[in-house]
Amino acid sequence: MSTAVLEVDNLSRAFGGVQAVDGVSFALHPGEIVGLIGPNGAGKTTLVNLVTGVVSPTSGTVRFNGCDVTRQRPWQAARNGLARTFQVVQPFPEMTVLDNVAAGALFAGQASSRAEAESAAREHLSFVGLGGEAHRPAAALPLPGRKRLELAKSLAMKPKVLLLDEVNAGLNTGEVEHALTLMRAIADRGITILIIEHLMKVVLSLSQRILVLHRGKLVSQGDPKTVIQDPVVIEAYLGRKFAERQLKLAHG
Amino acid sequence: MKRGLTIFVACTVVMAAVPFIADNYVVRLCTFLCMYAALALSWNVIGGYAGYPSFSTAGFFGLGAYAGALMQNAGATPVLSWLAATLVVGALAASIGRFILRMKGHYFAIGSLAIVEVLRLAASSWASLTGGGDGLNVPILKGGPDLVGRVFLFSMMAMMIVCFVMTILVDRTRLGFGLRCIKQNEDAADMVGIDVTSYKTAAFALSAMFCGTIGAIYASWVAYIDPSDAFSTLLSLKVPVMTMLGGPGTVLGPVVGAWLFVVLEEMIWAQFLELNRAILGVVIVVLIFTLPGGLLGLRLPAWNWRALVGLRNRVPEAP
Amino acid sequence: MDVLQILVNGLMLGALYACIAVGFSLVWGVLNVINMLHGSFIVLGGYLAFFAWRDLGIHPLISLVGVAALLFALGWVLQYGLINHIVARPVLTTLTLTFGLDMIVYNFMTLAFTATPRRVALDLGVMHALDVVVPVDRIVAMVLALVLTGLLFLLLRSSALGRAIVAVRMDRDAASLMGIRVERIYAVTFGIGALMAGACGSLLAIVYPVTTMMTDQFLGKAFVVCVIGGLGSVPGALAGGLALGLIESVSGHLVGPQHAMTIGFSLMIVLLMTRPTGLLGTQGYE
Repeated sequence: MSTAVLEVDNLSRAFGGVQAVDGVSFALHPGEIVGLIGPNGAGKTTLVNLVTGVVSPTSGTVRFNGCDVTRQRPWQAARNGLARTFQVVQPFPEMTVLDNVAAGALFAGQASSRAEAESAAREHLSFVGLGGEAHRPAAALPLPGRKRLELAKSLAMKPKVLLLDEVNAGLNTGEVEHALTLMRAIADRGITILIIEHLMKVVLSLSQRILVLHRGKLVSQGDPKTVIQDPVVIEAYLGRKFAERQLKLAHG
Repeated sequence: MKRGLTIFVACTVVMAAVPFIADNYVVRLCTFLCMYAALALSWNVIGGYAGYPSFSTAGFFGLGAYAGALMQNAGATPVLSWLAATLVVGALAASIGRFILRMKGHYFAIGSLAIVEVLRLAASSWASLTGGGDGLNVPILKGGPDLVGRVFLFSMMAMMIVCFVMTILVDRTRLGFGLRCIKQNEDAADMVGIDVTSYKTAAFALSAMFCGTIGAIYASWVAYIDPSDAFSTLLSLKVPVMTMLGGPGTVLGPVVGAWLFVVLEEMIWAQFLELNRAILGVVIVVLIFTLPGGLLGLRLPAWNWRALVGLRNRVPEAP
Repeated sequence: MDVLQILVNGLMLGALYACIAVGFSLVWGVLNVINMLHGSFIVLGGYLAFFAWRDLGIHPLISLVGVAALLFALGWVLQYGLINHIVARPVLTTLTLTFGLDMIVYNFMTLAFTATPRRVALDLGVMHALDVVVPVDRIVAMVLALVLTGLLFLLLRSSALGRAIVAVRMDRDAASLMGIRVERIYAVTFGIGALMAGACGSLLAIVYPVTTMMTDQFLGKAFVVCVIGGLGSVPGALAGGLALGLIESVSGHLVGPQHAMTIGFSLMIVLLMTRPTGLLGTQGYE
């Protein structure tokens, strides 16, 4: 179906002798929330790097809104409307929280002036709950704050597709709940989300569809219920006990 | 900023009046004040805003000096030669910038130093064009020492103003914001939609071209250049130090730093000719330890020395 | 000129270059500091050897030990007292500091020793073998340079101190967690760097006239060798030094000796842009 906003076709990337991503193909449709799961080292972050142009593929293509963007540089991906967060957050440490987000609005978001970028930034900051921190240096924020800053920055970039790379790592239960609410609100704005997560609770409650990556290959995809019962997925990642518990929850 | 700007304008006006109220020594000093301020402002774009520790200033200065000198010897007017030098140096910087800016940190610093070395060696060995180690003579401006002094004072002053305006433009626009982001975290800058390579190259070219003009003006002023004079590694070191003294990444910092440094150097040179290098070295060492953010990073009244001591315990910048 | 002669000249030069560079490479690799004083240390070593020979009658091969000790102490003090405080700062800061210190040392050397070229003329004659002519003093210098470099290699490989230094080079924080006193290691490493420079300077004084005007040249060679051979490793410095020696010897024969430096620097720039980790690529810091 060519209404897909992001199409990945037979994408591969090898580093030396290691095949990090091996012939992965999938598509994202507008407004979807898709989960990407798999064990550590499966190639999830590499896949995101390939899609956003941080790393170039050894073969395969990436299409964004119908255009071939396989060879794009990260800044071009950003301007086209493809935003991502980093697993280990990457702020501009000595700049203020406001400026961090304004950067996203000014460049990728293509604001016409600094003033416009700043007012957009303020909006996004209050959306994620960081309104009061606008003038602190980014390095002064604790981890949950930095994750929210990363999110606000990506939103300021006016993305059509948002790739979230383990945005909940290091957060406690309450913070994760808050993050979930935020993500649902983001999806409500019409932004397509691909979320890499290890917290199955998050993946299951958010995603309409799940992709499973194992040793660089896409071993399963489909709706959450089907995927977690897939024996390949259970073997590679979920574990039998978890799958049984989920089944009980579904039927009980 | 407003107050600083007013002081800057006032000082410039005073310097403009100097030829009519003081002797040639003061005129010369003011010419150097303007020259180094302009050089420091230029360096600030690549070193202060983008955070790339460039030691190429002498390379661009020297190249501009030779380009200007050769053009003048070929019959062009001084101003035309200076413009040509600007274009030559700007073009060179833009073309090698792409490659040299791939390196970061130490490697970039060394690469930028190596450029100066290669250019100096080229100037020394290409004797048929540049006169080699014997140097190059440039037609002296006619009109007597007073007129000549005035002409070059105003030329260097013009360059200082040009570089100052350029800095303001960089600071206020997208370019400056982008460069600041690049300095903080280059990968994040890329991800946020900044075309990092183009921005860095633009910064590098901007930082280089006016050094070329200044070099050409210098060549016309002193009427004789040779490779070790034009491509002096010491220049490549002094200019960043001046900017660091005043405050990198700010508009007024390079000016403050350059003026202070030149005056200091003048006083030292006059007093301790034999030890002037050592004393300069000591000044640099003291500076590194006491003013990590430059004078403009002090943010307190200049007479509050007790607070200055407190600065010694500042947390070092992230590597 | 005979091909063999060019090769031999290149290798002899290369051994000296390796010795010049190995201390510099070690300091850069372990402390992440570019020591602009390195050239001055070399010249200082040369001058000390010369004056010991001329005024005190001490044979340079004996004074070598004394010079080495003195330079070690000097380096240790500079590092522990001054440089240590800014080791974690960005490139511009550390580079400028060592540059500033170099200006001080340079000035005092020029005042104390004057810039007159000094050479320890040992008059050991010349050796002939297979159509190749080599002055004996060069052979002596080369052998000793290699011995020194070898000793350093053994130190790093086999002694507790050496292992600690390598550990700090690989991962400063992990080394600290293992109980290694990083600041002490930094000071010792810098001292060793100064020692190698001074000792090499003494050896150079046997072969060439040394003067304060040459500090920049020596420093430049050290840079080039590090970029060619890679940072922080003795084999890297050796490979880089020999490579540079051969390149200079060959290109000196082809285009004339005055262009040798240009070619060296140009090669360095090209390598910096394409393969900054050097031939034996130990990833240095950026």
